[in-house]
Amino acid sequence: MTQPATLAQKILARAAGKSRVEPGEIVTVSVDLAMAHDSSGPRRWRARLEALGVGLWDPSRVVIVSDHYVPAVDAESAAILKTTRDFARDFGVEHFYDMRGICHVILPEHGHLRPGLFLAGGDSHTTNAGAFGCYAAGFGATDMTAIVATGETWTMVPETIRVEVSGALGEAVSAKDIMLLLCRELGMGNHFKAIEYGGEAVRAMDMEARTVLANMAAELGGETGLVEPDATTLAHIRAHGGKAEEADITRWRSDEGAPYERVFTLDASTLAPQVAAPHSPSNSADITAHEGVRIDQAYIGACVGAKLSDLHMAASVLKGQKVAKGVRLLVAPASAKVTEAAAKDGTLPILSEAGAIMLPSGCGACAGLGAGLLAEGEVCLSSTNRNFKGRMGHKDAEVWLGSPFTVAAGAIAGKIIDPRTLLAERRRAA
Amino acid sequence: MSAAAKTGRAFVYGDGIDTDVLAPGHAMKLGPDGLARHCLEAIDPGFASTVRAGDFVFAGADFGIGSSREQAAISLKKLGVAAVFAKSFARIFYRNAINIGLPALIFPHEGAVSAGDAISLDLAAGRVSNITTGRDYPVSPMPEHLRTMIEAGGLMESLKTRFGARELIQ
Repeated sequence: MTQPATLAQKILARAAGKSRVEPGEIVTVSVDLAMAHDSSGPRRWRARLEALGVGLWDPSRVVIVSDHYVPAVDAESAAILKTTRDFARDFGVEHFYDMRGICHVILPEHGHLRPGLFLAGGDSHTTNAGAFGCYAAGFGATDMTAIVATGETWTMVPETIRVEVSGALGEAVSAKDIMLLLCRELGMGNHFKAIEYGGEAVRAMDMEARTVLANMAAELGGETGLVEPDATTLAHIRAHGGKAEEADITRWRSDEGAPYERVFTLDASTLAPQVAAPHSPSNSADITAHEGVRIDQAYIGACVGAKLSDLHMAASVLKGQKVAKGVRLLVAPASAKVTEAAAKDGTLPILSEAGAIMLPSGCGACAGLGAGLLAEGEVCLSSTNRNFKGRMGHKDAEVWLGSPFTVAAGAIAGKIIDPRTLLAERRRAA
Repeated sequence: MSAAAKTGRAFVYGDGIDTDVLAPGHAMKLGPDGLARHCLEAIDPGFASTVRAGDFVFAGADFGIGSSREQAAISLKKLGVAAVFAKSFARIFYRNAINIGLPALIFPHEGAVSAGDAISLDLAAGRVSNITTGRDYPVSPMPEHLRTMIEAGGLMESLKTRFGARELIQ
């Protein structure tokens, strides 16, 4: 009988063309899919590829998404976007998404993901795709240049930390709250580790919620975040034009008795909404510890916090309400498809009637670019994944992180407030 | 001390020096030189103007956490930093630093170095010396795979050899 292995080991063994790989081993792997955006990709690749005298190893396996400097706000950002467009044309990249949304959301929306893939992305939140049972890791520009030139890279086979989430999430508590708690409990120093999520609360999640878990594996310091595929995964892939087989479910999972470095257990039913205080996602606490902090801006945006389900969470709190005087609520849907779906299902009118200001789809303020930045001393409550000093504008601005429920509640109250309290009060008043 | 040893001053920071502090988003549109002038400004506004070629950065745990932006490592290199020492490194920063030829070395000795100390690094001998305090510390070796790449001149040089490119690559 073969020795049990983790999902991360199995994917890397397959990508390395070996029968088995062990944690700590450095292996050369074939890349199944490479992804980059306007900030990390073409503008950093082109001169080097031309100097090497090579093109892309396989243009059909390269996805490029313009999502950082969109839409252009000055001549410099316009030039970056033009460089990206020109590169896609000149190097034969068919999978080029120009201002259609954020790369991590684009990949599953357009059927690019399948369990068992090794995905290399020029962005730290590439881990997002691990929700689909892919080994998805972020790389810097020189690494990515080598990857798109050769179709290969090296990696150290990671130890896996298994996060087992039992129970069911309560009202106005979401996957984001699980991740903010994990940033505190596991810390942000799990460098070179894979984080695998499972348990009944994870099984009960839709794919958008699962991507929140995989996305913020980056905040834990992980190589990748992984969720073993199941019927929910396959249904989502097929509904978005991708390919997957039933056999993927049995093939791409950790074996019984897999050698986890650590298993962290958590009961979802006891979890309260979490907020992370400036300037680190690991500064998180139950929301009760910070209720009353006044805010200037509420931001619903980014790959982790502005998908359709995130807008639904916000709308469930904002319905029939108004944003507090002196507070601005900015909403940047994660993609054009999200905007389209939210327009069709009535979510957008709920947001705009509450006073939300709609922004273009893209990384925007979360990456310190585009619209929605903060002045010195301003306070923002945000559905994004990072609140490092200076990330969203002035270095002396404060960014607090929370779920879309929490951000929407804060926008109405003008301060940090437990969304459950607000919803309960509303029920009593009704 | 061997002839290969490099000497410079120490700049000392704490835990969790992230990529937004190393390469702030608001300056990411600038070229590498312009961006480097903003390196660490949020926690040490004088860093970019005081650091000189051959100086060293010492920090605590989780150096380089955050984004994949290679400019975080490039900015330090542009400013002349000869090596970064930290208790631990974020994986993308670590790879980026090695790829561009900026040594990133694990240094767990808390309190061993103060800002402004004269430091000497001998990578070949695996030793860092605090000349100010007169103490030596061993530097744990990097994995052989990475040493080979650094010896080849970094990742782009390795690729140049692989593809037989003749041009000098920036």
